[in-house]
Amino acid sequence: MINARLQLARGAFTLDVDLALPGRGVSVLFGASGCGKTTVLRALAGLVRAQGRVALGDELWQDDALRRFVPTHERALGYVIQEAALFPHLDVRRNLEYGRSRAGEVRHESGPDVDLDQVVALLGIAPLMARRPATLSGGERQRVAIARALAARPRLLLMDEPLAALDAKRKAEVLPYLDRLQAELDIPIVYVSHAVDEVARLADHLVLMDAGRVLASGPLAEMLGRLDLPIAFGEEAGVVLTGRIGARDETWRLARLDVRRASEDDTTDADCSLWSRDPGLPVGQAVRVRVLARDVSLTRTPQTGTSIGNQLQGTVEALADDATHPALALVRVRVGRHALVARVTWRSAHMLELRPGMPVWAQVKTVALME
Amino acid sequence: MTAADWSAVRLTAALAFTTTVVLLIVGAPLAWWLARTRSRLKPLWASLVAMPLVLPPSVLGFYLLVTMGPQGVVGQLTQALGLGRLPFTFAGLVVGSVLYSMPFVVQPLQQAFEAIADNLLEAAATLRAGPWDRFFSVALPLARPGLVTASVLGFAHTVGEFGVVLMIGGNIPGSTRVLSVAVYDHVEASEFDDAHRLAAGMVAFALVVLVTLYVVNRPRAEPAGMSR
Repeated sequence: MINARLQLARGAFTLDVDLALPGRGVSVLFGASGCGKTTVLRALAGLVRAQGRVALGDELWQDDALRRFVPTHERALGYVIQEAALFPHLDVRRNLEYGRSRAGEVRHESGPDVDLDQVVALLGIAPLMARRPATLSGGERQRVAIARALAARPRLLLMDEPLAALDAKRKAEVLPYLDRLQAELDIPIVYVSHAVDEVARLADHLVLMDAGRVLASGPLAEMLGRLDLPIAFGEEAGVVLTGRIGARDETWRLARLDVRRASEDDTTDADCSLWSRDPGLPVGQAVRVRVLARDVSLTRTPQTGTSIGNQLQGTVEALADDATHPALALVRVRVGRHALVARVTWRSAHMLELRPGMPVWAQVKTVALME
Repeated sequence: MTAADWSAVRLTAALAFTTTVVLLIVGAPLAWWLARTRSRLKPLWASLVAMPLVLPPSVLGFYLLVTMGPQGVVGQLTQALGLGRLPFTFAGLVVGSVLYSMPFVVQPLQQAFEAIADNLLEAAATLRAGPWDRFFSVALPLARPGLVTASVLGFAHTVGEFGVVLMIGGNIPGSTRVLSVAVYDHVEASEFDDAHRLAAGMVAFALVVLVTLYVVNRPRAEPAGMSR
């Protein structure tokens, strides 16, 4: 667990948060710029001195009540920022060795002993080792910066919009490495972002922030299904489902995604399946899919003669105003153990007489697969 | 050149070298502090460092003579410590030169330190480097062009000083009679040929030093301290 109670006043801005983040997986701090998410991250690192308490598991990094403040260089953490901040006077290898050679001196227990070769392979930077940072592309710099942080054996990895300076192509180049990093290393990550696609792809736990406060905090699926929150996502409101490729249809080039909750036992049968374009992944591959509210429509009876291939039977759980337009409503539909969110007009909701507890069919037009 | 002139050359080189070394040791931490501090006293300290740029050397020399003299604060201190009096000694010249050449060392260093992006020093902190470690492993290497400029200017400016030396050093051969004073002596004695040799030598020295500096510190493709 990562526990942080932080207070800070700076001019008109005040930060007042009390966070309890899981000790594994990716926790994303999400909010508009200026909401204080970067300040929280810097306070976790000890780069900013807020008032309060910061603890990583049993290790106390700050506690004002005990007058304890561990300086940044004695905290076993990794910190990656948008600008990469590689040392320009050192080549890639010596950038990696900078933190690694010092990690042994740290007073407090370091994180899992990550093999340097493993980190280099994980981030695909072996060919870059002799290069100077100035000669690297933006995506390569970020991969080296991540590797440099990992090489120092952190117990916690803090990432401040590491992809924000990259264009879409470079971003797509780095994202798979972040996925692998999660899969292969057991280091909790706190990730600051204002990009919904990064949240959908990477987050296990989501913290919504606004004006120095925490609006809501919880597991991603639960947070995305809450109708009082999608305001933060606007047009991109929707849910993320986790599952595996269950089957592939060679004839029609489609793949069946068997959706399960990430934490559910993998041997249970899928209770929700969606067809999508075949991404070319093997059966059994774990995937995340994003189902946007605008791609889900509702009917009272199963439809025939429709082009939409995914129809799921469920129950209306809740209706709420959609902040994007007064004509629109968001409807949460329970499908087995999962929740979908549909965006419909209030007129349609009225005509269908939608109300909580009512059985409906959700038609899903598109699902976006995120490897 | 006469043996006396050669002695003046050696003395000048020794003075400039000693002064430069002392200035780097004193000036680097001072420049680092000036570059990083948010103290309200920063303008005062920056002004004190820059004072020799605007004061006539004779004014600085006069006050040094007074404070280092038998009745001066520094003079009392050095006598109490058994070091004797500083005026008209080589050590006194070093003290005067250090103060006089201070801005030429501190200002380039301060600019070089200020150009280093904060995020590099923060990155070093998150990679387990403590404050001193960050200074030596990140700040100094990235400030290298500033370090070169500071050393060269400190050395060259000390070679070229006259007023301060005359006030607190006088004209003692082998001890305080440096090149600039030797040139003055030759002119006073109407030994224009001797004066020419020394003067021309110093002009050539200054030119070579400055050309070397500008060549060594040519802007490269990527300025040091860039964050990415």
